[in-house]
Amino acid sequence: MIAAKNRIALWVFVAVLAVLPLAGATPEFWITQLNYIGLAALAAMGLMLLTGVAGLTSFGQAAFVGLGAYTTAYLTTKYGASPWLALLVGLLLTGGVAWLVGLITLRLSGHYLPLGTIAWGLSLYYLFGNIEALGEHNGIAGIEPISFFGASLLEGRHIYFLIWVCVLLAAWASSNLLDSRPGRAIRALKSGANMAESMGVDTGKYKIVVFVWAALLASLSGWLYAHMQRTVSPSPFGLHYGIEYLFMVVVGGSGSVWGALLGAALILVIKDQLQNLLPALLHTDANFELIVFGVLMILMLQYASNGLWPLLAGWWSRIIGTAGSRRGLAAPAQAATLAQRARPQAGVPVLEVKDLRKQFGGLVAVNDISFSVRAGEIMGLIGPNGAGKSTTFNLVSGVTPATRGEVRFMGESISGLSARSIATRGVGRTFQHVQLLPTMTVLENVALGAHLRSQVGVFAGALHSDRAREAQLLHEAARQLRRVGLGDYLYEQAGNLALGQQRILEIARALACDPVLLLLDEPAAGLRYKEKQELAQVLEQLRDEGLSILLVEHDMDFVMRLTNHLVVMDFGTKLAEGLPAEIRENPVVLEAYLGGIDDDLPDDIRGAAAAGEGA
Amino acid sequence: MDVSIALILLQDGIVNGAIYALLGMALVLVFAVTRVIFIPQGEFVTFGALTLAMLVDGRVPGTVYLLPLLGLLVLLLELIKALRSGVWSSLPKVLASCVALPLLLLWATRAYAGPDTSLWVDMLLTLLLVAPMGPMVYRIVYTPLAEASVLVLLIVSVAVHFTLTGLGLIFFGAEGWRTPAFVSGQLELGFMSWSGQSLFVVGTCLVLIVALWLFFGKTLYGRALRATAVNRRGARLVGISTGMSGGLTFTLAAAIGAVSGMLIAPITTVYYDTGFLIGLKGFVGAIIGGLASYPVAAAGSLLVGVLESFSSFWASAYKEVIVFTLIIPVLVWRSFHHRHTDDEE
Repeated sequence: MIAAKNRIALWVFVAVLAVLPLAGATPEFWITQLNYIGLAALAAMGLMLLTGVAGLTSFGQAAFVGLGAYTTAYLTTKYGASPWLALLVGLLLTGGVAWLVGLITLRLSGHYLPLGTIAWGLSLYYLFGNIEALGEHNGIAGIEPISFFGASLLEGRHIYFLIWVCVLLAAWASSNLLDSRPGRAIRALKSGANMAESMGVDTGKYKIVVFVWAALLASLSGWLYAHMQRTVSPSPFGLHYGIEYLFMVVVGGSGSVWGALLGAALILVIKDQLQNLLPALLHTDANFELIVFGVLMILMLQYASNGLWPLLAGWWSRIIGTAGSRRGLAAPAQAATLAQRARPQAGVPVLEVKDLRKQFGGLVAVNDISFSVRAGEIMGLIGPNGAGKSTTFNLVSGVTPATRGEVRFMGESISGLSARSIATRGVGRTFQHVQLLPTMTVLENVALGAHLRSQVGVFAGALHSDRAREAQLLHEAARQLRRVGLGDYLYEQAGNLALGQQRILEIARALACDPVLLLLDEPAAGLRYKEKQELAQVLEQLRDEGLSILLVEHDMDFVMRLTNHLVVMDFGTKLAEGLPAEIRENPVVLEAYLGGIDDDLPDDIRGAAAAGEGA
Repeated sequence: MDVSIALILLQDGIVNGAIYALLGMALVLVFAVTRVIFIPQGEFVTFGALTLAMLVDGRVPGTVYLLPLLGLLVLLLELIKALRSGVWSSLPKVLASCVALPLLLLWATRAYAGPDTSLWVDMLLTLLLVAPMGPMVYRIVYTPLAEASVLVLLIVSVAVHFTLTGLGLIFFGAEGWRTPAFVSGQLELGFMSWSGQSLFVVGTCLVLIVALWLFFGKTLYGRALRATAVNRRGARLVGISTGMSGGLTFTLAAAIGAVSGMLIAPITTVYYDTGFLIGLKGFVGAIIGGLASYPVAAAGSLLVGVLESFSSFWASAYKEVIVFTLIIPVLVWRSFHHRHTDDEE
């Protein structure tokens, strides 16, 4: 219903776009303006994915537009090459350069990337302006218009169609991409990169993918620009235009390709209006639009940092009468099941930890710990605060490197492997501090966990040829969610769930990667009594299916009831190991938990201390 | 190229590099204390250079009107804040610093400006006119965004750069300016002949660097800034106001920008938008220092200056390309030595 109304809105938009140049009454100026908006929207759309979605800020987008424009200008004027061939060469060249630049700058997180992009944006600009073959600062003139099956696209009204077909195709492919397996990985880059790595996502690769994608869209925009303008010079590819593209993204709003279109339209229209209006108003030729732009931008970021598209989308959904319409696809009722890993025989050691040690400077956080987890059993790792449980957990899951010692999984050493390689081998995990992507649906969050079980690539995702495999992933995600009792919340935003439900969601996500071993970091924290019981049931059921589980937990009742086997740690050292019943009686453990029992204390205080510890 | 040319180039490089070093250090300071990547630093360079040039020329510089304008905006924001919170106690201070002081400077400058003024008074006045803009910009733009991410602050900085460049055009015009050398004469130092002007620039930079070092090492306010840089929340808990640190940092940054502008004014013709590139070169130096180390930032800036002067001799057209590409090997090197695992935001 919602989707249908949205689709109607889209078709109306496309129809208006298509009719505009056909109507003779449409002023030429509108067409020109729309052409420029289309070109800017292409570049901004790529930047939207890069900055708005993946959180990688680039000021250098204009330089990629320039690469596309100069390639076609050079090839068509010097060698008389076909513009279509030049487009291909331009895309290849830009892709190659972006891949190389990405390889270098994307390794750095945070603010280095934007600063790096400023630097190479400037460098490319000065290169364009100083290479003799590219006409130095005069640029290249006399570029032939594109011809399409014999029809010359010389006029604004004609190239208009090509531009807007490109824009709509780019929007279609980009939003497809976001709704696919690689897209989920890209959407995790901004705020969940560590988590994604633990789900087996190669975040480094996806950073480069989205960077190259953005550069290719920019290059396409440059190619169209060169043939529309029929001349290129360095100035439109300078840093200021790179900044303008970024402004379009900020104004339009992060996360949606339509935001980029809105941003491009708004910025260009405002810019044009300012250029007409201000000199008349202020009787000067001074460059006032720069100031107005700057001020608008500052106000925008201070008061509406999410941009205008989310506001518009909110109004729209209120108009069509559905609050909180959401993106994302429904899970199919039926789909071919994904291949499953072979489970080891019950009783076979799955995880063996030998003399594991971690030192932070002089502090020994984990002191030569050894234990093993067997197939089909739940092992608990307990201990008072500061005992080194979480550190041990991080050593096993590959988040922190161990100082010494060995971790073997299914007989193979996994010491020193990255979190991603460990995940690839069949280890699923949850986090002590819940790490979800709050704006994605519950279903999509879990589908991210199944990342490794499908091989859908970027192009398959963008062209929607992945639908059958996507359905499998979503079906599997839904199945895991129902299994843990979250079946009613599939399409809720993950950030809206209660903390306890978010923890369960993390378990479903870990299950979605079909693990042999499940590492759970305090899964019961923040859960109510009933929820804990339900969680315990789920874990017992998983054990019966042959899954092995390592559990770090504070809640004694929960641990005692559930585990087959317990290791107690204190001050980094293994204090005791055994069956839950044995541990309960172990005097050393009791002392570690309750403190040395002071004989002078009256009994009721001792009792209170014990009760406090158990909470 | 013979030795004498090389020496002249080296000297040029060191002079420019010293100025970049000042700017680079200011950028490191601003980033460490406020997490703002301060792109508009270059605009203060422009303001400093143009204000001085116009004063020397016997005119009233546009800065005297810009300052009260910014002050008025601050007053407006503070009034709104006071109206909302009902707390009026901070207003007298705001009135003094944002209304009285700019108007006083406006009056004084208009009375003072004319032919044959003393260069040193001109410089002092320039400093007084430009430095207060720093905290005003901080108050207007960055205080409401104190909790924003580094990236949002960066984009805002770019917007501020746009705005200030536009204001520069209005208040100073599109003309380029250059001041006469402050110090004349030549000095033979061993095998090199230094112009008095070059020595003056390098000397001033050294004095300022030492002064900054003393300020951060020995004074209470300097230590407060360092504390904020190390741990913002911790500093707040022991009573160091983030707003105070930010204001002070921006004052320092604007002052350093103005001084750099005055130093560079006799060397190169400054237009309303020249500062941007100069500031960015300070940036390259600062990035070499990883936006964290002052000595490395200073050394990096010197390297930028020398590289620039040699490349302007060998391949002057590619001067900027070479300087800004320098950042790439530095980033590569950093990327191999730094393993960032923490997520953004």
